[in-house]
Amino acid sequence: MLDADFFLRWMNALADAVDREAGRLTELDAAIGDADHGTNLQRGFTAVRAALEKDAPDTPGAVLMLTGRQLISTVGGASGPLYGTLLRRAGKALGEEAEVSRAQLAEALRAGIAAVAQLGGAKAGDKTMLDALEPAAAALDESFAAAREAADEGAAATVPMLARKGRASYLGERSIGHQDPGATSSALLVGALEEAAR
Amino acid sequence: MTGPVGIVLVSHSAQVAESVADLARRLAGAGDAVPVAAAGGVADGGLGTSPELTARAAHQVDRGAGVAVLVDIGSAVLTVKALLAEGDELPEGTRLVDAPFVEGAVAAVVTAAAGADLDAVEAAAVEAYDYRKV
Repeated sequence: MLDADFFLRWMNALADAVDREAGRLTELDAAIGDADHGTNLQRGFTAVRAALEKDAPDTPGAVLMLTGRQLISTVGGASGPLYGTLLRRAGKALGEEAEVSRAQLAEALRAGIAAVAQLGGAKAGDKTMLDALEPAAAALDESFAAAREAADEGAAATVPMLARKGRASYLGERSIGHQDPGATSSALLVGALEEAAR
Repeated sequence: MTGPVGIVLVSHSAQVAESVADLARRLAGAGDAVPVAAAGGVADGGLGTSPELTARAAHQVDRGAGVAVLVDIGSAVLTVKALLAEGDELPEGTRLVDAPFVEGAVAAVVTAAAGADLDAVEAAAVEAYDYRKV
């Protein structure tokens, strides 16, 4: 079973990963976006780290809700409302349980992913974060490692795709050949989850 | 019983939001009759969308008759949608209006200045999409 400590480890591992990979995320975003994905997420997760430290929530759902809330209010770019909605909706789905199973987490993530898809109007294959998150949430029923692998593969699979959402979509054919920054940061989120489970 | 519909303009750029607000007020000849607030850029003046500035602007223009929010692109759209989904961040009767930013803002302010309700303000702003230029 997964408790609030596990979720705090997950969010802190994600903040570390964002710090570590911010340069690469921004580089990817420079190719097909507006070159701020890494810095935006870093600003968001710096606020998340501070908020979780100041007021460590005592349930899994509350950890995700507080994280999502911080991201919505501090990121400044589209990834704020998107990741904020993902985590808040997943947190809401977990309710007030003190401990949740991996299956419950997978279910909650799927609820969050559905909310993100609705908010952004995107679907799998549009070269967005959904291309990493959807296969990962499906594989999470099997194991954390399978989820991580599915997210990494999903992010890599965005390279040949034509972007249909966000700023990259204005580039049309020129968006082909670049890995999607959002799918890449989503793979970090799933990678941090596997790290927390180790 | 209630005042005019409030208008909020959310852009990635503080200058764009302010300028469009000013343009709409002047073209509408609305003076201060319609509360129009600009929420542009992020708090430090950079480009982006700030939920805080957006929520503050919406509360500032709320006179009880509803608030029409017009947005430019990308994160401005997503930020307002996310705020609306939160439920308690924006005044009751706040609506994201699907309209072109400049033309929609002018139409919205003109209509609000005539004392129209939120439905009519929204309809006027949305209609701006139908105005073909060639």
